[in-house]
Amino acid sequence: MTDSNPSFLGRISLAVSAFFRILGDGEFAAAVLRVRDGGAAAQAQTQAQTQTQAPSQAPKAAPTLKEASPDAALQLLGLLQRDARFIDFVEEDIKRFSDADIGAAARLVHEGCRATLREHFTIRPVRDEAEGSRVTLQEGFDASAIRLTGNVVGRAPFVGSISHRGWRVDDVRLPKLAESHNAKVIAPAEVEL
Amino acid sequence: MSGARYSIGIDLGTTHCALSYVDTSASDGEKTTLAVLPIAQLTGPGAIADLDLLPSFLYLPHPDELGSGDLHLPWTGERQFAVGEFARSRGAATPIRLVSSAKSWLCHPGVDRRAAILPSDAPPEVARVSPLESSVRYLTHLREAWDHAHPDAPFHEQDITVTIPASFDPAARELTAEAAQAAGYGRMTLLEEPQAALYSWIQKSGGQWRKQVKVGDIILVVDVGGGTTDLSLIAVVEREGNLELHRVAVGEHILLGGDNMDLALAHVVARKLAAQGTQADAWQLRALTYACRSAKETLLSEPTTDTVPLVVPSRGSKLIGGSIRTELTRAELTQTILDGFFPQVDSAARPVSRTRAGLTQLGLPYAQDAGITRHLAAFLGRQVGALAELEGLRETAADASAQGASFLHPTAVLFNGGVFKSTLLVERIMSTLNGWLAAEGAAPARLLEGADLDLAVARGAAYYGYVRRGQGVRIRGGTARAYYIAIESAMPAVPGLEPPIQALCVAPFGMEEGTEAELPAQEFGLVVGEPVHFRFFGSSVRRQDQVGTLLDFWGPDELQELEEIQATLPASGRTSGEVVPVKLHARVTEAGTLELEAVPRGTDERWKVEFDVRGNANA
Repeated sequence: MTDSNPSFLGRISLAVSAFFRILGDGEFAAAVLRVRDGGAAAQAQTQAQTQTQAPSQAPKAAPTLKEASPDAALQLLGLLQRDARFIDFVEEDIKRFSDADIGAAARLVHEGCRATLREHFTIRPVRDEAEGSRVTLQEGFDASAIRLTGNVVGRAPFVGSISHRGWRVDDVRLPKLAESHNAKVIAPAEVEL
Repeated sequence: MSGARYSIGIDLGTTHCALSYVDTSASDGEKTTLAVLPIAQLTGPGAIADLDLLPSFLYLPHPDELGSGDLHLPWTGERQFAVGEFARSRGAATPIRLVSSAKSWLCHPGVDRRAAILPSDAPPEVARVSPLESSVRYLTHLREAWDHAHPDAPFHEQDITVTIPASFDPAARELTAEAAQAAGYGRMTLLEEPQAALYSWIQKSGGQWRKQVKVGDIILVVDVGGGTTDLSLIAVVEREGNLELHRVAVGEHILLGGDNMDLALAHVVARKLAAQGTQADAWQLRALTYACRSAKETLLSEPTTDTVPLVVPSRGSKLIGGSIRTELTRAELTQTILDGFFPQVDSAARPVSRTRAGLTQLGLPYAQDAGITRHLAAFLGRQVGALAELEGLRETAADASAQGASFLHPTAVLFNGGVFKSTLLVERIMSTLNGWLAAEGAAPARLLEGADLDLAVARGAAYYGYVRRGQGVRIRGGTARAYYIAIESAMPAVPGLEPPIQALCVAPFGMEEGTEAELPAQEFGLVVGEPVHFRFFGSSVRRQDQVGTLLDFWGPDELQELEEIQATLPASGRTSGEVVPVKLHARVTEAGTLELEAVPRGTDERWKVEFDVRGNANA
């Protein structure tokens, strides 16, 4: 599918999948950044060629914060409600129920959430080593994928033990949505005739 | 054989469809590149996802039920109905608009398969569809999904194989071929599902299968799908120094599958709930069936678990307060599934059949005896002589009959279908079968390992299309039945009794695709311009009969009556009402359907004889 001019629907799905991949995959994010700045960079290059001696020391622009698209989040909520009754469970007042009652409902929610996650995401640990094992982090490790805690001093290589393996999403497979779809309704009211 | 790049295999199942394909340009000999197409389909209103399976459900929504665009597919905005996962889930809450098990209706001899009769319990305002039409819609969806994913390789230019149960009669086969034609399948061949399962096993082994079977092996394929159970026997013989596979027998049509097991469990649990004072309504029973399915899978795959909790969620938003809690125990599972569907019986056991009340014609004719092992015993018993006619296995056959074998002894078993993910069920069938074998002093049968239980049929079908081009081993065998028409006997009729009939063989056992039977000597008088009906019979055991063989009597197990066939001679060039002598000529098309033609005396004309699928058979 190498469509040079994707449809609007195609662009929505591309945006959604790109959004999650940018979040989860640092290299990909860097590549997107390059593409986004590509036009400007190319222009700068031609300018640089004409005035070879000009120093390229533009002042560093303030970072722009990107707006998270609500559609994918709403869609995920809809899937969790449909397949796991997630909203029902969280919105219910559980104070008056016994642990056994809550446990029974939790089984259903757990099973559904797990099925939903496994169907729509490929999730694997960031580190494959067992928790508690010692690891050495070389200089230039990915700080977005590994968080240093505790006695954070000195310089790389850092030696420590894994307290949590972390999770990363390798692949996102959310259903594509029709343009007319109202994502804000995450579970329609049901009226039995 | 053709220049198509892909060989596409389609499993048109009772509850699920799947599409697999072999890229022939990237395959050589027994090294094949095989993939499964994720099928784009609606999974919710206006939501499209790619899933490996397309649930065989069709939902006919009310015009006000969905928003505009909710039924749009990536390739069309013109759909007024839904097929696949959304149809299944939506239809669960509104069954009057849901078409399910269309394949079972397609081979239901009691109804007109071309008439708009589904959903069978729909109110008058729902525009019903025919079993044929719903199959056309599933097949069309698969074609469109392929074309959307492969714009460079149009579906109609590829080699297509569609699978059918081995037990499908000629009429059901022809209807499937007709549906494929209507769905735009140009080059289409039919393949029996148990054969497809074996092809898949061969393909997966990548050449190693030759080490797992040997000459003289008789492979029993046990295929339990969502809605049907299909049995076949395939012999391994040697011809010109090469191993060759020969399908020697197929079983009767058994309308019984994994879905019946889930439903049976749900009813057991619902009865238990009712005894505790909780009455499950229709919606809860469906949720219970769903919960029972996963509980069944847990109990069948984890022998140490004894009970699995079941939770039926409330329908409203109060999840904790309104849910019903119960459990499925191992004892219930054993009693319902193992003893109900796979009872440990001896080899002389036969399925029980009761006379049906007249009203059952309204629904599907489910198997009356749920005991799959009893059906298996009947199949092997009926086919005890199946090897006598097969070159290379006559000695095996002679040995067996010398030792007084009461049933055909398989030496290996291949399982297919999701229910056999459970080792417990596999072990139950193996131990039952090996018990029968031991009782007759035969060696135990081996289990052929490594089958892909869910997608084997689609995969095997794709591989078969590749094999047909001359690569790899092919299963031979041809038609698994001989066919007969009834003619009135010359014996004097007894008043008050039906006149005695004789059965005339028109197509012998084992006709291969693309072959013709010889013309029989007998002629029939056809009245020009008027349809003439013949009673039609099939036999899965009479391998020796040739065209023209006339039977005066036969055992109840030997011949089964099929739907009537009907010949009409058009009036062109003849006077209406004139009686023209014709011969009946049978051939098997390249696609794998049986065709009967009426050939008028002294001409080259051929008139097609139709299978009567309007549901007035005496079945």
